[in-house]
Amino acid sequence: MFEALRDPKLVWLFGGVLSLLVISSVIGNILRNRQKPGASRTTIDNLNARIRAWWKMCAIFTAAILVGRVGSLILFAIISFLAMREYMTLVPTRRGDHRTLFWSFFVIMPLQYYLIGIQWYGFFAIMIPVLAFVFVPTSIAIAGDTEHFLERAAKIQFGIMVCAYCLSHAPALLLLKIPGFEGQDARLLLYLVIVDQMSDVLQYVWGKLIGKHKIAWRVSPNKTWEGFLGGVLSATALGTALWWATPFTPLESAGLSFTICILGFCGGLVMSAIKRDIGIKDFGVVIEGHGGILDRMDSLCFAAPIFFHLVRYYFVP
Amino acid sequence: MSERIHPIASLLAAIARGISGVQVQWAGCEPDDRQRIYFANHTSHLDFVVLWSALPSELRAVTRPIAAKDYWEETPLRRYLAENVFHAVLLERGSLAKAKSSDETHFVGRHLIEDMASALGDKNSLILFPEGTRGTGEKIAPFRSGLYHLALRRPDAELVPAYLENLNRILPKGEVLPVPMLSLLTFGKPIQVAPGEEKDIFLERAREAVSSLRRIGPA
Repeated sequence: MFEALRDPKLVWLFGGVLSLLVISSVIGNILRNRQKPGASRTTIDNLNARIRAWWKMCAIFTAAILVGRVGSLILFAIISFLAMREYMTLVPTRRGDHRTLFWSFFVIMPLQYYLIGIQWYGFFAIMIPVLAFVFVPTSIAIAGDTEHFLERAAKIQFGIMVCAYCLSHAPALLLLKIPGFEGQDARLLLYLVIVDQMSDVLQYVWGKLIGKHKIAWRVSPNKTWEGFLGGVLSATALGTALWWATPFTPLESAGLSFTICILGFCGGLVMSAIKRDIGIKDFGVVIEGHGGILDRMDSLCFAAPIFFHLVRYYFVP
Repeated sequence: MSERIHPIASLLAAIARGISGVQVQWAGCEPDDRQRIYFANHTSHLDFVVLWSALPSELRAVTRPIAAKDYWEETPLRRYLAENVFHAVLLERGSLAKAKSSDETHFVGRHLIEDMASALGDKNSLILFPEGTRGTGEKIAPFRSGLYHLALRRPDAELVPAYLENLNRILPKGEVLPVPMLSLLTFGKPIQVAPGEEKDIFLERAREAVSSLRRIGPA
């Protein structure tokens, strides 16, 4: 434990995250104090609530990385569990899906993380897309309820793909054996998460500051072209500037962080579309306090597996 | 009955809360130490434990469930849970149907109400599922008349409606293994039997009071 602290580059990354948090808390406080009394406070209160949440999330994530490989695995397994819990609560399932859902939560999802733990890449890569793909519709069919059969099977499989399969590719980065980068893989995971989440944050900030032209107002009314371009470009710049922490050259780092940002946007957009489809907007309010893991992780869902495979294809011999 | 909470009861309550991820909302009243009869919809074995676990611990110690004797005395484990762990008030659910004449029905009914009234005593509260059995969660079945007679017998006890949402998907009737989805519990505004109110009208109003607390899904 705490071996990670002997890696000076990792300590620099943590230091950078900490300074960002301090700076944003200071800005949040200044904004709150400068407000005229009686003015609408919602945006700034919301900003400060977000900053407080970020402190907590960064603390948990840092602790997990300090514990080491197992810590990151357990943390992401818990995130997957909570995300899947939100997803399955919101998706209309029927009584006949009960046992399939039980297996999804207590066998398929833990098995996916166990396979990373024992470093069995081949099985890890196909277990959900192949085996779970066969298992889910079959077990629903055995239960015998054919009403909305295809919809139910598809929705459950999609949930397992997004919450367990896709998200598990983030800690699976620790599996990759990149020559010259041995024992430093925690930084790769941190790099992915920092670029991905900062892209979200910066898109939000740019959108609030200069956002005007809506991108997909039907799906997500808060996404604007200004926020998207500003956020993606500035997070790509940040990712490029972090090349020293990765096995990449600055140019490679620029390409990869740009990819992470674009995919993060795609993930967010798709999850918003799903929320619209099942009319979660209201449900999201109701489960406030419980909910939100999936909202926070939506950008990582698509970015993690593709980043994983790009790195594996180009950097692992 | 003792006022100490059995450690197994606390453990089961913690497990039920974890599995059901329940979010509790006191929408029509606050937790209070006055004597109450909580009545709720019934779809899952988790219902009672989740509702009970939502109460502050000093209230939990004096709040007892009403449960069906035939079911909870069937095996030694069930009996132990009902009697020793949760101090349930066990009633003979089938006894009314078995009654042969209207006189006998009247007699048996009176007897059940007296049992519940004495279980209330001078400090306890009760948790009651007036549908009498677990439903599928799609709609609430008509209420049995016990709630009405008990309310007349003990007008001093407050009648608090509660709605348990999504528990039918977490642990439906007939399943042993739970799926850990999220659930909601809403306590509503207490109701009373109006002077001269007829039984069926009151029972329908009580059912309405529970179903109006539904927060998601079809009304």
